[in-house]
Amino acid sequence: MSKELIIVLLISPLVGFLINGLFGKWLKGNEKLSGGIGALAVLVSLICSIIAFVSVDRGNTLEGEAGIVYSWISDYVSIGFHVDALTTVMLLVITGVGFLIHVYSIGYMHGDEGYTRYFAYLNLFVFAMLILVLGNNYLMMFVGWEGVGLCSYLLIGFWYEKQSATDAGKKAFIVNRIGDFGFLLGMFTLFAAFGTLDFGPIFENAQADNFEKIFGVSTLAVATLLLFVGAIGKSAQIPLYVWLPDAMEGPTPVSALIHAATMVTAGVYMIARSAVLYNLAHTGHIVAWIGVLTAFFAATIAIKQNDIKRILAYSTVSQLGYMFVGVGVGAYASGIFHLVTHAFFKGLMFLTAGSVMHAMANELDMRKMGGLRNKMPITHITFLVGALAIAGAPFLSGFWSKDEILHSAWGSSSEIWGGQVIYIIGLITAFLTAFYMFRLIFVTFYGKSRVEPEVESHLHESPAVMWVPLALLAIPSAIIGLLLGVGGHDSWFHHFTEKVAGFKVEHGDALGSAIPFMIISSIVGILGIVFAWRRYKDRVPSAEPTNALQKLVANKYYIDEIYNTFIVQPIKNASHFLLWKLFDSGIIDGIVNGVAALVRFIGSLLRRLQTGLVQVYIVSMVIGIVLFLAYYLFFAN
Amino acid sequence: MPLDLEYYLVLSALLFTIGVIGVLIRRNAIIIFMCIELMLNAANLAFVAISRSLGQVEGQLFVFFVMAVAAAEVAIGLAIIVSVFKHRETINVDEVNSLKG
Repeated sequence: MSKELIIVLLISPLVGFLINGLFGKWLKGNEKLSGGIGALAVLVSLICSIIAFVSVDRGNTLEGEAGIVYSWISDYVSIGFHVDALTTVMLLVITGVGFLIHVYSIGYMHGDEGYTRYFAYLNLFVFAMLILVLGNNYLMMFVGWEGVGLCSYLLIGFWYEKQSATDAGKKAFIVNRIGDFGFLLGMFTLFAAFGTLDFGPIFENAQADNFEKIFGVSTLAVATLLLFVGAIGKSAQIPLYVWLPDAMEGPTPVSALIHAATMVTAGVYMIARSAVLYNLAHTGHIVAWIGVLTAFFAATIAIKQNDIKRILAYSTVSQLGYMFVGVGVGAYASGIFHLVTHAFFKGLMFLTAGSVMHAMANELDMRKMGGLRNKMPITHITFLVGALAIAGAPFLSGFWSKDEILHSAWGSSSEIWGGQVIYIIGLITAFLTAFYMFRLIFVTFYGKSRVEPEVESHLHESPAVMWVPLALLAIPSAIIGLLLGVGGHDSWFHHFTEKVAGFKVEHGDALGSAIPFMIISSIVGILGIVFAWRRYKDRVPSAEPTNALQKLVANKYYIDEIYNTFIVQPIKNASHFLLWKLFDSGIIDGIVNGVAALVRFIGSLLRRLQTGLVQVYIVSMVIGIVLFLAYYLFFAN
Repeated sequence: MPLDLEYYLVLSALLFTIGVIGVLIRRNAIIIFMCIELMLNAANLAFVAISRSLGQVEGQLFVFFVMAVAAAEVAIGLAIIVSVFKHRETINVDEVNSLKG
């Protein structure tokens, strides 16, 4: 594989961004051209990614010296690429799902004021995401990390006339900022320990753990935990997950691409990339516990939501938790495998939700839907495929990947504190996942229609440019697990990724046979579906929660309110009174105004000399001359 | 019999002092102006007397310069006084105090 291929892969979306961004004014009248350029830019990247993938599959990776394009910060950091199995998997997800979502957007964004702006941002996002996964050092990863954060902010607040959209954009940006700060500190720690940020030297030298300890904790543990703070922010884990549900204010394809398939998985990718460090530092159990708690917590919230996109958002948070369990317990390949399958089925579900919104004049409350399957058969089928995949229905994608993670969690109990508890919580979450997904399906697509007559009259299936990507995503959502994941830890995917640094962890035979786990997971998943069927097959979720627990869950555990009371308001008040009133208005303005007031005061004294009477001036002049003369005559010698 | 130099210098000092006092205490612009001329001519008298006493010609040369400057000053000064009078109908310098700070 040559560097040139990777450069073309990387630059193509940037070119698309520049064309749509700079010449958008002239492209505005021609939506097909503008959207076509955007999609084409990603298609070029997709083709390059496939070539890179085939090349890596033949054992031809791009690592170390060969990948360096030029030295950036002399001797410390270079601009270079690191392309191995992990990278190509990410590349295929980003460009593959990304391309389909670009095509879908051509139809979805039809007639929007900011059509070219939208495609410019989307291409810029793909570019930043590619930098994130292609870089051969933490600094490039950070550049991409910030780039996708920026694009996320821009696209969440895409409809900036809406107050809620701009608020959500700001919330996402600020919450991510907290995580990014951790990431930065992690990079500083690594740099202090290794004197470089390139992956190669760091992973090589990390073996010799003879670094100075920081407050009695090993340097590697500090660095990995700080990097994990970055992942918590970007991948929406407890306690920083609050931005992701609000991020649904953006256009739906954006939610599919950025807030389900790619950007939010950056944290998982980062940990998988740093597998060597996490293995040595033994910080995986913190990652796994945060992951499983998030998975469970978000799933319980999803049960009582009525907004389609919000259910999907909490579901995403929950599934990201699973991925962190995977990478936390050392089953990096399984975590990344779940990332891949999740990208397909969650991307698919968001796009189908978009299709429903498109037909329902932007209605999102599923209590006002019902019986949609007759009007929108393709949307219904594709959503069903996605939901079955996430619920872990046997032989669909989610079944394989989720099961691998749970299996690894059980088997890791010798290394990870409470591995079996993680397994049980994960299993309960799997039940909840199946339940809330099918609650969504039954309420939306089955039962009697509750659609308002006016909307119902033009209820329609989406145009081909939208349903074809749905169908194209539905196929891998269903079968990709079967293609890549059969055989659990002996599957094709595991063999493909085993050469990635740090991926191969010897669990020994502790894992045992996966078949009992598969059976248990399937039963749990089907139970969830059955429960949802019994409860919601012809019942609408009640508007008002009936008891205290329901009220607590329906209000998302009041987490937003708690944050608002204990963090946002104190900071706002401190900023208002300390920073603004005291420091800015008081001290800074005080100094500036004080200087002016002093000058004015002195001036007011001096101006009295300026009487305007010529003779006063002359008197003073004469007195002056007399004094001078007196001095020279009588005192000079 | 030529007079001693002292007489001339005392006369010059007296004229100069009268000029200064006139400038300081009178309020009429024309009078002030005349007092300034008086001071200039007191200086001229001193120049001429010392020139004669030392037998050198430079002092008398300076006097010509002073007279030329004084002539120019008269032209401008009177013009100013005339235009002040046109605007304010007074040449009392106490009433011309627009530049008061």
